[in-house]
Amino acid sequence: MRTFHIGGVHPPENKITASARIIDVELPREVTLTYGQHIGAPAKCELNKGDHVDRGDIIAVASGFVSANVHTPISGTVVKIDKIKAPNGMPCDAVTIAATDDDHEKDLAAIADRKPLRTEPEIASLDAKKIIEIIDHTGIVGLGGATFPTKVKLSPPPGMKADIVIINAVECEPYLTNDHALMLECPDEILEGVRLLMRAAGVDRATIGVEANKKNAIELLRSRISSLGIEGISVMELEVKYPQGGEKQLIQALTGKEVPSGALPIATGAIVQNVATAYAVYDAVRFGQPLIDRVVTITGPSVERPGNYRAAIGISIEKLIEMAGGVPSDTGKIVLGGPMMGKSIVNIDAPTTKGVSGILMLPENMSERGKTEPCIRCAKCVSACPMGLEPYLLATLSRLGEWEEVEKEKVMNCMECGCCSFTCPSSRPILDFIRLGKQTVGAAIRARQSQKK
Amino acid sequence: MNQILTISASPHLHTRQTVASCMWHVVIALLPALAASLYFFGVGAAIVVVTAVAGCAAFEYAINRWMLHRPSTLLNGSAILTGLLLAFNLPSNLPVWIVLIGCLVAIGIGKMAFGGLGCNIWNPALVGRVFLLISFPVQMTSWPLPIVNRWVYADATTGATTLGLLKMGGDTSTIDLWQSATGAMGGSLGEVSAIALIIGVVYLLVMRVISWHIPVAVVGSVAIFTLCIGGNIGLELLSGGLLLGAFFMATDYVTSPMSHKGMLLYGVMIGVITVIIRRWGAYPEGMSFAILLANSFVPLINRYVKPRKFGERRVGK
Repeated sequence: MRTFHIGGVHPPENKITASARIIDVELPREVTLTYGQHIGAPAKCELNKGDHVDRGDIIAVASGFVSANVHTPISGTVVKIDKIKAPNGMPCDAVTIAATDDDHEKDLAAIADRKPLRTEPEIASLDAKKIIEIIDHTGIVGLGGATFPTKVKLSPPPGMKADIVIINAVECEPYLTNDHALMLECPDEILEGVRLLMRAAGVDRATIGVEANKKNAIELLRSRISSLGIEGISVMELEVKYPQGGEKQLIQALTGKEVPSGALPIATGAIVQNVATAYAVYDAVRFGQPLIDRVVTITGPSVERPGNYRAAIGISIEKLIEMAGGVPSDTGKIVLGGPMMGKSIVNIDAPTTKGVSGILMLPENMSERGKTEPCIRCAKCVSACPMGLEPYLLATLSRLGEWEEVEKEKVMNCMECGCCSFTCPSSRPILDFIRLGKQTVGAAIRARQSQKK
Repeated sequence: MNQILTISASPHLHTRQTVASCMWHVVIALLPALAASLYFFGVGAAIVVVTAVAGCAAFEYAINRWMLHRPSTLLNGSAILTGLLLAFNLPSNLPVWIVLIGCLVAIGIGKMAFGGLGCNIWNPALVGRVFLLISFPVQMTSWPLPIVNRWVYADATTGATTLGLLKMGGDTSTIDLWQSATGAMGGSLGEVSAIALIIGVVYLLVMRVISWHIPVAVVGSVAIFTLCIGGNIGLELLSGGLLLGAFFMATDYVTSPMSHKGMLLYGVMIGVITVIIRRWGAYPEGMSFAILLANSFVPLINRYVKPRKFGERRVGK
């Protein structure tokens, strides 16, 4: 079975919600939308308090090439434009929109009676430029968690050309099943989205990479491909190993090519898009629906009704958790995303954003780190690092402030997957120190570059 | 929401392995060999093992408590493991006071003087063993015969080891390889039974406590080098401390390299030095010296033998 070749770990999968159908969460009466829901420059909101907006309207406009529009999932009136407390407790700008009963009824009717914006022939006549334009306009970003604007990935820098689209349906994070559920329920839509992405990238082949713990999704996609007579798309089964879904790892597992150190993935001719992103592209092109909802896995060992919930982006995290039975009484930590790379949060009043793929509630006994012991040089972190780095060394050098050495040891190659800290028998804060090294070295590199200019 | 939430950076999951679990797994892996040593050397083996384990534990506790003023680290099992490994490298008729000196050197000089677990350069048990070998050469090279000495400790009847015979140019044609594999021969009390040691190393590999690189490199390089100089591969592999060293001493986390390539280099180094000492050196057995010498090179190996970084060799085909 295919896999990436360097390092990796096997955390317990804990896919509690693997067979849970997607439940639609009722459209909220109020949403709060932040402007920086993607990697890159935050979008700019030009609304004023009291303005009325309709479902799907842009409420904040992309403010540069690497940026994305933000749309509202509900019709209503702007009631607040102010700083809010983000999930991590830090202040951030946001706009709050509240719906009247009329607005709400109108939205519900529109959802119930959703009509395609474009017919099949119209879609077939779209060229690459037009598809990218639609993706840009509808604010689609990578839905795997990194939220990189999709149109940027589809527009390779001059001199680079894509030859394959890779669809990331690996979902290697433990607990998360939102992509799995989407594949089981919307295979045709996903495949249509993949074909649109292929056309946008100007390539004639695509590979969907799925981890072997989702056999039913693999079989379903394969049988849909053959019964729809689609050419150029294949589904590849991948070994269950974390971080199989890391962009560089996935490219290597599927094409055998390694993204050179410091280069963009496109250097291998591959454009990687998440499977949920492909679905969003389908929605955008076929129905003209911007990215205003997504599937979120709400899970945890003691959650009452863990499941995969499709909810409007901007709904409060607390409301969403209530759908799953509320915060369990033994909860010690709430994580947005998966347990390996997700972020722990303090403020559940905050709204969800485009990048929230999961809400994981961990009981107290899983929340605190183990006692830090001396490094016994067991080399497990070195064996585990999928980038071939030496985490123990990077962490020690960062702690000592040896920044030049940290840079020489390629700290910037680290993608913060967490394998090193996961595997450390001494529970050492390896990745924490590496992050410190990355920040310091990254700032030094940027300073050097701006000096050159 | 009444709970106080913990905030920490990812990852939010952690392996179940701890320092203590790694150490105790090695102790468990040594149990078959311990059973074999009790079977062959009886009461003598029991006395030496108990003394060494208790001695190492006591010295570590005392040094932590009264010299370094640190909390006890006994529960992580590393001192007990050192004691067990030291005992495995001693003859079963060694007087208790000599065993205790070995414990003091192993724990005091071999480990705690460097700062305790994780800081030492040389394998503590071997530091203790080699100190005793140089200080008490007679007692350290009198090898009780197996089985007949089950109920005898100090007055055990002794005989030559296979390696001794090889060194002296004695007749090795009567040595039965099967006996060597089961352990019915003279030698340090824990090193004799190849089968028990192999069971132990398989356990360590299955439990992912160690990787295959060091044991395979040591055993493989000894086999190939012996073949090249026209020796008897079976005898070389099954006699002396080769397997004990390759499986349990060379693989000591603290004193072995960090990268897989480094581990292979380190293993080959141990194998080659062992055969050189056995064949041309003054001692019949060279495993301990070879491991300590290779330990000394580990910082250099770590500096110059790096793992291959992702994206640095094969630039898109």
